[in-house]
Amino acid sequence: MLATRVFSLVGKRALSTSVCLRAHAHGSVVKSDDFALPSYVDRRDYPLPDVAHVKHLSASQKALKEKEKQPWSNLSLDEKVELYRIKFNESFAEMKRGTNEWKTVVGGALFFMGFTALIIIWEKHYVYGPIPHTFDEDWVAKQTKRMLDMKVSPVQGFSAKWDYDKNEWKK
Amino acid sequence: MASSALMKPQMCGLLARCLQFHIVGTFIASLGVAALYKFAVAEPRKKAYADVYRNYDSMKDFEEMKKAGIFQSAK
Repeated sequence: MLATRVFSLVGKRALSTSVCLRAHAHGSVVKSDDFALPSYVDRRDYPLPDVAHVKHLSASQKALKEKEKQPWSNLSLDEKVELYRIKFNESFAEMKRGTNEWKTVVGGALFFMGFTALIIIWEKHYVYGPIPHTFDEDWVAKQTKRMLDMKVSPVQGFSAKWDYDKNEWKK
Repeated sequence: MASSALMKPQMCGLLARCLQFHIVGTFIASLGVAALYKFAVAEPRKKAYADVYRNYDSMKDFEEMKKAGIFQSAK
């Protein structure tokens, strides 16, 4: 008993909803969100968009659309261009045009690299301690002599550039 | 029509043309890089090693190093 009562309530609600729908369908504009409707896009990989660019035609544009139904040889060049502009926003040439954005990108990247250099200079001066003693000039000289004595990379590398007969670097 | 008519753009065979361009280019580029590497890097390196080891006397080399004093186990 209770179930059938509930059912009838539901049925009544469904009925009233459909009545409401029918009432709205005729006169006023059904407010549905723009993003849910098919939209126009200027994309190279989608050459024929779902809708025309101009949704609401003016009176002259409507007249032009009527003229479009007749043989197209009647249309002047300007009318053909107008019809094109009704259907499309930008031509392929226009949508493919380059910008100057790369200059901003390169400039910004280089600027921040320069700023990083300033940070590193500050860091070397204020944060880092002294470098190891193995970087002293005479230590490096002794190190180089030892590398040449060992004949490090004698074919194409280090010792290949040393002249062992004259005891100097090869010219 | 207007006097300055544009050239009719290519209408078909676009993929075929693109493929031909890139396949030919791929062959040329890869063979070219390989040839360049062989003659600029590999051959000179082989020659350098051959020149060093043609008249190489390992014992003389060892004596020189020993005299320089780098060994710990052979003075």
